[in-house]
Amino acid sequence: MKQPNNYGFGEEAALLKESARKFFREHFTTDRLHALVAADPNPARAPQCQWERDLWSQLVDLGWTMLAVPEEAGGVGMPVAAVAGLVEEVGRAAFPCPLLGTLNATYALVACGEPGAAALADIAAGEAATLALADRSASWDPTATEVEYRDGGLHGTAWFVQDARKCDKFLVCASTAAGYGLFWVAAGAAGVTLEADSIVDLTRDQAHVRFDGAQGIEVSTNALAVLHTAMPAIWTLLAADMVGAGEWQLQTTVEYAATRKQFDHPLGFFQAIKHPLVEVMVQIDEAKSLVYNAACACDTEPQKAAQFAHMAKASASDMAAYASSRSVQSHGGIGFTWECYVHLYFKRQKHSQVLWGDGPWHRARLADIVIGNAA
Amino acid sequence: MTIPRRLRSCRRIIKQRAMVNATCDAWANRPNFAAAVLHSITEQELPMSEASARKDTADQAEFRRYCRDWLLSNKPGEPPVRLPQTPLEIMTTEQLNYLQAWQKSAYDAGLIGCDYPVAVGGGGRHNCQRVANEEMLAARTPFLPNVIGLGMAAPTVFYHAREEVKAELLPRLFSGEDIWCQGFSEPGAGSDLASVQTFAEPRGDKWIINGHKVWTSLAHFAEWMIILLRTDKSHKYDGLSYFVVPIRAALGKGVTVRPLIKITGETGFNEVIFDNLEVDDRYRLDELGKGWQVAMTTLLHERGAGELQGPRSGGMKNRSSHNITTAAVIDLAKQTPRAAGTAADDALLRDKLMRQLIREEGLKQNQRRSRVPALLDHPMRLPLQNKLLASEIAQSISSLAVEVEGMASSLYTGDSNAPAGGQWPLSYMNSYGMTIAAGTSEVQRNILGERVLGLPKSK
Repeated sequence: MKQPNNYGFGEEAALLKESARKFFREHFTTDRLHALVAADPNPARAPQCQWERDLWSQLVDLGWTMLAVPEEAGGVGMPVAAVAGLVEEVGRAAFPCPLLGTLNATYALVACGEPGAAALADIAAGEAATLALADRSASWDPTATEVEYRDGGLHGTAWFVQDARKCDKFLVCASTAAGYGLFWVAAGAAGVTLEADSIVDLTRDQAHVRFDGAQGIEVSTNALAVLHTAMPAIWTLLAADMVGAGEWQLQTTVEYAATRKQFDHPLGFFQAIKHPLVEVMVQIDEAKSLVYNAACACDTEPQKAAQFAHMAKASASDMAAYASSRSVQSHGGIGFTWECYVHLYFKRQKHSQVLWGDGPWHRARLADIVIGNAA
Repeated sequence: MTIPRRLRSCRRIIKQRAMVNATCDAWANRPNFAAAVLHSITEQELPMSEASARKDTADQAEFRRYCRDWLLSNKPGEPPVRLPQTPLEIMTTEQLNYLQAWQKSAYDAGLIGCDYPVAVGGGGRHNCQRVANEEMLAARTPFLPNVIGLGMAAPTVFYHAREEVKAELLPRLFSGEDIWCQGFSEPGAGSDLASVQTFAEPRGDKWIINGHKVWTSLAHFAEWMIILLRTDKSHKYDGLSYFVVPIRAALGKGVTVRPLIKITGETGFNEVIFDNLEVDDRYRLDELGKGWQVAMTTLLHERGAGELQGPRSGGMKNRSSHNITTAAVIDLAKQTPRAAGTAADDALLRDKLMRQLIREEGLKQNQRRSRVPALLDHPMRLPLQNKLLASEIAQSISSLAVEVEGMASSLYTGDSNAPAGGQWPLSYMNSYGMTIAAGTSEVQRNILGERVLGLPKSK
């Protein structure tokens, strides 16, 4: 099937993106973000999980968490391209919430087919979820999972679980007698222990989750196939978040470069500042165009989805690294301080850069598809 | 080794100030140029003449039918010689003859200059050039050789010349019998266009022109030149005036055209030296001192943003054209032995190839996204990146190909052992033409920083 010229990004999608932008502009400024998450600069601070539950409830009421849930499962059934528009705005606001995790779980559950229906109904009912797939080296290859299903329960630890403490459910990958399965597990179930990680990024929380005989619904007996189908959308949405955050970094730095004066000129007068900021813009635009292309492929050209999603995430990862670097550097001394907001996005972007594969990892996979495996 | 005198001033200027330190809005985005570069990177998207036809007025629909019928029986056959990738690189009279014959027949049939009044040799139609262009592109006809004449000189002459001059010059411009060239750049006026020094001094009702224009594509075939001249040394912008001057008729009588040899060893553009060339005052366009404003008309139309749409043709597949794409470099890597396997097995090269592929796809997707308003923040943000990206991507693709070839990249086009006929080292060297011409990459970055990001103007 051929992709529609406009990425399938229609009127509804535009409206959703615009309303998300307006929502965050009105309810969640960067001042508020800083006040919320940056109260304690101590590097040895206890793991924290600061978020605005009330605002989150409003998002849930607006239906944003069930956008990707198919209509027949009680959701809205929006295309990935439209969802990417929303996620871009969440990234621009760096809004701490389990939206990405919930969307990720949704795409995996949709790929599970009928056995995933009950779990999708939970999401349609407003529950938040996240993926619990990775081993301690952060590999999400099912064969690497440290969680095992035996004696009617889950045992072992899932690592690098995103926004774990904001979620109601985990989608857990575990080895089974028959292979590798996916399990839908309540966060509060007996035998589930969250051990929060102390992380650099202030806009997320992260944990490793220990299972000691926890019960769950097996939503798939073939985790490999499910993840193969779902990962392109997951990479694409993370890249969309990074594009939004990158745009915040760009605009904030441009604003500073236009006002701060040295040597009788605003910083942006000097090409040593101007040209790198243009390069940041160019990289954001590349990543953004590739995000909507990948999203559209997820919707209409699934055989190309992995290829295009690798491109989007590789591009976004490199962009995030560069935009972050320039945002701090171009701010000069003040950019190096806790009180200047750029560090919030710097840290979020550095986290996103490596989450679900960094640039070199995605390019290596892309090469396997485009060139063929190396001899 | 001594440096030719004419280039000494360039060198002096290069030494005197950082090349990147000049900016000039005149060079903002030159999509015609970008399009030529893009053509080699992405498969040219031919306009959907069918989709466009649905919006035709009755006149346009009738004209479209006429164009289609005419092209069906009059599209020229295969060229007898290899054609260059763009009209700006026409090197031989064989190439020119074939292309001029095509332009003449298209003009005689009414497909060129359709929207200009009959009195100046036009077709007297309304909004019909677009229709003819779509049909010519759809029919994959050859490109039109008088590209500077049609796209830049014609609208400038039409809006700013005297009536009798329009009637004198435009018919032979449209027919392609007179090739036109553009005299803007000088050794001391590159990115900073308004600092041109070639001087026109009044003498009775004549002007005496002295000076030096460079990088003049097509000057070796040109009858006429549009030229930006200084008529007053005390005002930078208001001291400029715009003329059309005869080139061919004045060869040896005040005009010298010399090919400039590119770093590749090829020719393609020229320098033009004026030594007391006498020009009649009627060839001055608009008022004295209005040269900069007239130049804006030229550049506006070059960008395709002017009132009069320029005739466009092209799309004929060139048998031996060399594709500057990442896919071509991947093929090259697969055929290049390296260690026990091929260069395509090398992890580092694979990473570089994929970086390149991603940039190339990104540019393609930028163009697609530029037509989705809901996904745009600033209307000029993507269009103004086109020329910068197209030229830099083409450069890095060629650079990567040379890296893949390794030691074999030392073999040039004259060596029978050269991989791909030595085209990659040639393309790599030629790519610097793209990143320098029509506003260097550095100037493009200034324009993006100032126009899109709103940063203060650099000097």
